[in-house]
Amino acid sequence: MNNVQTSAVVDDANPVAIQIRAMNKWYGSFHVLRDIDMTVHRGERIVICGPSGSGKSTLIRCINRLEEHQSGQIIVDGTELTSDLKNIDKVRSEVGMVFQHFNLFPHLTILENCTLAPIWVRKVPRREAEEIAMHFLEKVRIPEQANKYPGQLSGGQQQRVAIARALCMRPRIMLFDEPTSALDPEMIKEVLDTMIELARDGMTMICVTHEMGFARQVANRVIFMDQGQIVEQNAPEEFFARPRSERTRLFLSQILGH
Amino acid sequence: MSDTHAETVAFVRDTMLPPEPPPVTEIGAVRWVRENLFSGWLNVLLTLGAVYVIVWLLAHIGPWLLNSVWNAGSLAECRQILDGATGACFAVIRDRGQQLLYGFYPANLYWRPNLALLLMVVALAPLLFPRVPRRVLWFSAVYPAVAYWLLWGGSVWFPVSVLLGFPAGYLAWRVMRPAGAILSGIVAVLVPLLWWAVVAGPLAGLLQSIVPLGLRPVRSDQFGGFMLSIIIGVTGIALSLPLGIVLALGRRSDMFLIKTLSVGFIEFIRGVPLITLLFTASLLLNYFLPPGTNFDIILRVIIMVTLFAAAYMAEVIRGGLAALPRGQYEAADALGLDYWKAQRLVIMPQALKVSIPGIVNTFIGLFKDTTLVVFIGLLDPIGLSNSIRADTNWNGIYWELFIFIGLLFFIFCFGMSRYSQHLERRLKTDHH
Ligand SMILES: Nc1ncnc2c1ncn2[C@@H]1O[C@H](COP(=O)(O)OP(=O)(O)O)[C@@H](O)[C@H]1O
Ligand SMILES: [Mg+2]
Repeated sequence: MNNVQTSAVVDDANPVAIQIRAMNKWYGSFHVLRDIDMTVHRGERIVICGPSGSGKSTLIRCINRLEEHQSGQIIVDGTELTSDLKNIDKVRSEVGMVFQHFNLFPHLTILENCTLAPIWVRKVPRREAEEIAMHFLEKVRIPEQANKYPGQLSGGQQQRVAIARALCMRPRIMLFDEPTSALDPEMIKEVLDTMIELARDGMTMICVTHEMGFARQVANRVIFMDQGQIVEQNAPEEFFARPRSERTRLFLSQILGH
Repeated sequence: MSDTHAETVAFVRDTMLPPEPPPVTEIGAVRWVRENLFSGWLNVLLTLGAVYVIVWLLAHIGPWLLNSVWNAGSLAECRQILDGATGACFAVIRDRGQQLLYGFYPANLYWRPNLALLLMVVALAPLLFPRVPRRVLWFSAVYPAVAYWLLWGGSVWFPVSVLLGFPAGYLAWRVMRPAGAILSGIVAVLVPLLWWAVVAGPLAGLLQSIVPLGLRPVRSDQFGGFMLSIIIGVTGIALSLPLGIVLALGRRSDMFLIKTLSVGFIEFIRGVPLITLLFTASLLLNYFLPPGTNFDIILRVIIMVTLFAAAYMAEVIRGGLAALPRGQYEAADALGLDYWKAQRLVIMPQALKVSIPGIVNTFIGLFKDTTLVVFIGLLDPIGLSNSIRADTNWNGIYWELFIFIGLLFFIFCFGMSRYSQHLERRLKTDHH
């Protein structure tokens, strides 16, 4: 497998895109995220894995404030997430998100799905928004579906539209929450290919996924979470070859089927 | 040729029979009847029973309808013409039909409600059908003032200066926008209210004294008949939908005060019969309003009917909102749409779409409930039918009047029902 890291040199000298410090979150009395510390540099591609219920979704949903954290700091591109709505809007318009179940708007066409936010949030003129949308629909290789509705597309196509929709906002950071786990096996590749291309263009990405092939090929760093904590993180070769903790080893053996 | 056949095989057909039509029991009507009406003994029994009922009804209603009398001045005259035979006396519709439609609206001014109805169709067209040019929406926006002026008459400057309250509010909002969303929002509401309370009346008077322009005024107590049902029904429908949306959003709000107010309002209104609200409108308000205020009875009834329907509407729409997957809200949030934009562009279009059957149900209910105004002395078609039957000429007539009134309501309600089905089909976006 070709490693894409060569095309975009990433090191710690790059500016910080996301800074999380001593962050904790509770659902009622349930402590979902414990003392999360995490720094993501611009252009980095991070894969988060871990058993179901370990808090992976919650963590990345805190980054665009779909979930609120109760203590600690989250700073995205220099903007700290607090209850200040202005900051939240600013962060959300810079962070794109792709969901497990696509969450396309079923009452709008593919093109309208892609132009909605640019027009209403970024105030881009309609014509220009449509040009941008077509550009990204071509990038995810489904420009011919532009005038169909989401319900008429396959799962893989829908997920690629969801990626295009997020890209139309010209985000600096992309979050992916298990983007392929609701897809039939034959559609997984088309979505992963799209994401690999995105990584090649130097997008800062945080991706929750169990596609370990993707992690090996694309990630700079793999983070393993369990019970609301970051248990270990490492470059993918190290991570897969020499997992340090017992929990990681157990998880990897289950997921890789050894 | 047949020789060679004879040598090799015993029999080979060398001519083809022409294709026969399928047996009569397997085609068209006969087959349909057999499959749908006589496919089992229970089915046969039901079919025979239904046929019996239909024949019985036709035998009784048929002659009554066929013998109808359309030209007579009174029920007695009808009976004379029928001379003992059974027959309907639709002459009452001929005699009093206009009254059933317009109440006591001056007959030489019928063109005004007629024109208002025609313009209503124009105003509704862009709302109902996307192919109508969007520019017509401007007319839809001013239509309420136009209709008011046509129906009630009076100075044209009154509705005009009332309408001006909206641009006044918009202007105030534009001016105050730099001062923040909350302040400009408050100003955008306050300025029109102040305008209506303080400026609109004197301004209309002033304009009227400069350029006198008006229609002959018609008092509310002259309104009646089906026209009154349409006025109350259509206004109630037009107002209850937006109010219902606001209440539904209020009920789902995180803000305690707004949520409590919405829940309290909805539960109170739903817990009370409409007729008590109407009595409140007609009697009690007189005690609470300062003496001498002239608060139009039709307006009061419209307010009550609207509030009543809005409470039901809110619950219907809340159901539609609850049916939306959380992912839709999350996707809208993640794209940076704020609350109102997310509601308007993503949530409401979908919630309203799934609520269409319930919404139209409420509309139809509201429209038929307008007949309840008869109990507070308004002369809707039912009220007029009572007064027509009180007339010695038509004393004793029932069916003909109620069939006519029923037909009028049916046309409107059936129209709404058909339109809603059309709309559901049009908005269907999955699996074409
Ligand atoms: N809205 C919620 N309220 C209460 N508990 C929740 C909520 N969302 C998630 N959880 C719980 O938080 C834990 C972490 O969930 P999640 O972040 O979705 O895990 P993952 O994505 O790693 O599978 C799970 O135990 C889950 O049951
Ligand atoms: Mg998850």
